[in-house]
Formats: sequence, C-alpha cells, structure tokens
Amino acid sequence: MRVIVQPGVFDAAALMQGFGAGAGAVVTFTGLVRGDDGLVALEIEHYPGMTERALQDHAQAAVGRFGLADVLVVHRHGRMEVGEPIMMVATAARHRRAAFDAADFLMDWLKSRAPFWKREIGPEGPRGWVSAKDEDEAALGRW
Amino acid sequence: MTLDVLYFAWLRERIGAPRERVETSAATVRDLVAELVARGDRHAAALSDLGAVRVAVDQALADLDAPLGDAREVAFFPPMTGG
Repeated sequence: MRVIVQPGVFDAAALMQGFGAGAGAVVTFTGLVRGDDGLVALEIEHYPGMTERALQDHAQAAVGRFGLADVLVVHRHGRMEVGEPIMMVATAARHRRAAFDAADFLMDWLKSRAPFWKREIGPEGPRGWVSAKDEDEAALGRW
Repeated sequence: MTLDVLYFAWLRERIGAPRERVETSAATVRDLVAELVARGDRHAAALSDLGAVRVAVDQALADLDAPLGDAREVAFFPPMTGG
C-alpha cells in the first residue's frame, strides 16, 4: 500500500512498475485538469498531516473491504495546468470486479471526504473555489 | 486550554490567516465557534453559515457538537472537493 501527496507532476508509468505483481487484475484511474470555460489551471489546497492520514486510512479500508493485493493513491496539491494529472488510484486484486469496485469506491470517497479544496484559475487570474457537488455526496451512498 | 485553530480555502481568506492560537474553555466545537465569532467581523462573516462549514478535531472529521476534551487542533473548512 502506498499513499503519495505531493505538489509536482507524477510519473504514472514509473509508479506502476511492479505494482500488483502476482495479482490477477489491476485497475488504474487518473484524473486530469479539464480546460472547461477557459480554465488554464487549478490550485489545490490541502491539510498537511490530516490529508495523508485520511488517505492512508481509506486506502487501508479499501484493502480490507475488497480484499486488495495492493493499492496506490497519489494526489497533488498546489498549482496544476490544464491537461496535467491531478491524482490517480491503482488497485490490484485477484479478479477484475474487486479491482474496479475498489477504484470506484476510492474515487467517490476522494471527491467529498479527502481534505482537498480546488480553486479554478482563468487567464485573468484566480476564480472562485469549486463548490462541492450534490452528486458527489450522493455517490458515497452507494457504498 | 490552548488550541491551534486552522482555516482552509475561503474560510482562510475570510479570516485573513491560516491559523491562530486561542485560549479557550469551550466544551464543544459549537462553543468554540461562538467564542471565535465574538472575536470580530472577519470571524463572524467566515463562520456565519455553519451549514457550509466542515470541522476536524485533531485531524479527524467531527460535528459541531463534538466535545473538545483535551484536543490540540481544530480546523474549519468548506466541503471538500478532491479527486
């Protein structure tokens, strides 16, 4: 199990080297900064200490719940440009269903329970903080 | 007791500082909020809509009625928007 919280761009290929070796199924999900509405970058604030601990706890919960062989969670903070990766999760399990479900579970949780806050940056400078979405909150009810 | 109070995102901006140290005898988070609001206009504005504020006590999510006990750190922030 590995949890990484860092400002810089991560190298997904390097992180996946050897990940899930011996498991039957590996699923990865990577979220990228979208250029909607003229957006040029995102800025993400986090809560040093709590963020790492919360990610560790939840990755551990996913391991127990889905019987994962391994799990990786990477999330950036600070400024990131359109097209760059924001975060990724990778799950390894014996069979694909557990690997897919665990990745989905981790994503739903990250969206509304991990201590990160996004702000949009346009060509004119910082815009407002992104509001939490009701659908993200509702998605947690699936689990 | 002495508490470190942390603010994130728009709460940090409205308060005008990322953290402050407070002397308090508040028994619950709600009591602490009442003391903070009395500190001035910035605090009152930032903490005016508690429905839009989330709380962590010693880095664990908590609700307004959570007891502070011997907590060291309380954080206030908007609903989280990670992923």
